[in-house]
Amino acid sequence: MDGVHDMGGMDGFGKVEPAANEPVFHEPWEGRVLAMNRTMGATGAWNIDMSRHSREVLPPHIYLAATYYQKWFLGLRQMLLDRGLIDADEVASGHALRPGKPLKRGPFTLKDVARVLTRGKFGRPTNTEAKFKIGDRVRCKNIHPLGHTRLPRYVRGHVGVVELNHGTQVFPDSAAIDGTENPQWLYTVVFESRQLWGADADPTIKISVDAFEPYLEPA
Amino acid sequence: MTHKDDDHHHGDHEHHHDHGSELSEMQLRVRALETILTEKGYVEPAALDAIIEAYETKIGPHNGARVVAKAWTDPKFKQALLADASKAVATLGHVSRVGDHLVAVENTPTQHNMVVCTLCSCYPWEMLGLPPVWYKSAPYRSRTVKDPRGVLKDFGVTLPKDTQIRVWDSTAETRFLVLPMRPAGTEGWSEDKLAELVTRDSMIGTGMPKNPSEIA
Repeated sequence: MDGVHDMGGMDGFGKVEPAANEPVFHEPWEGRVLAMNRTMGATGAWNIDMSRHSREVLPPHIYLAATYYQKWFLGLRQMLLDRGLIDADEVASGHALRPGKPLKRGPFTLKDVARVLTRGKFGRPTNTEAKFKIGDRVRCKNIHPLGHTRLPRYVRGHVGVVELNHGTQVFPDSAAIDGTENPQWLYTVVFESRQLWGADADPTIKISVDAFEPYLEPA
Repeated sequence: MTHKDDDHHHGDHEHHHDHGSELSEMQLRVRALETILTEKGYVEPAALDAIIEAYETKIGPHNGARVVAKAWTDPKFKQALLADASKAVATLGHVSRVGDHLVAVENTPTQHNMVVCTLCSCYPWEMLGLPPVWYKSAPYRSRTVKDPRGVLKDFGVTLPKDTQIRVWDSTAETRFLVLPMRPAGTEGWSEDKLAELVTRDSMIGTGMPKNPSEIA
């Protein structure tokens, strides 16, 4: 979706403000939100693409005003409600009013912790041939999917060069809908700054994205 | 009582006072949600505690710093790291559970690398821990792909005008680790001592390693 989360190249947000000695979590609730999101994901309630999408669909004025973990909280609660894992009257009362539903991989307990601290694997074998090879010129399609996608707006319609091939991986656009992995070839595609930002752009700069094959066409 | 640290942390940091009521409301809402999930038997609070503890104490930039210091002292490891970072880091075993999708990119006298995620907040957690607020902020996510030199200026970093800059937007599950240049004047230093020079920001590309005199 062409949402406000797709920020690459937007103006007006001001300076970056690095902070010295920042704590990992600024408030204890931030850690609880992160941990709840990870653990419920690990029970099979959702995948990482669904989790990302739950934040992308927040209304723009909320997305922009909320802190990072406030967005995570809002997305988390909505995903739980959407799946019927909790109900609105329970949120209102602050307690479970009925028993839990069965979870695909069962409840998350202490012995499952190592699993969420290990980075997931997204490579999936396919019997398809890569359409592009390193060095090929490709154009990012001018597409505007209404759901989740990982092709940022600022590269759509622009020509770049394939630099790395990462094999076939879970396709987020499909996985975010219903968990269908629909693996696709993934490439790093690099662009000249002037290709993206016009003749006045600084020519010493190059920008790359990782782009799935369905995002690309020969150029 | 699963939030054993709440009272201890509350008010610990000056900046909380600015919007205390909003934060305490968040605290209540989050606590309520955790209560529901726990009562329904979905999650164990002790498991949440363990995850939080891991990110607060075990997984952080020191993981990445070890990899960088090793690459600075061991040319074979450096070669392996640049060829296949996931594999190379896995050979260190105890450093981190890094998975399959890590790519290390090398800074040289002619090219500087920077990492961003314009769409959300993708970041090499296993190498650097959880990302700082600025990395997830709108200013960083919007400007880095368009005006990386301007962003570097916000970090007090100025590169020569003819240095090539490469920005890596983390739009898939690939995670990027910048391999900064080894500072001059560190000949003969041990890996452990070199690791002390490696800052988090130098592995994102928004900073440089510390000057040797800073830790001597």
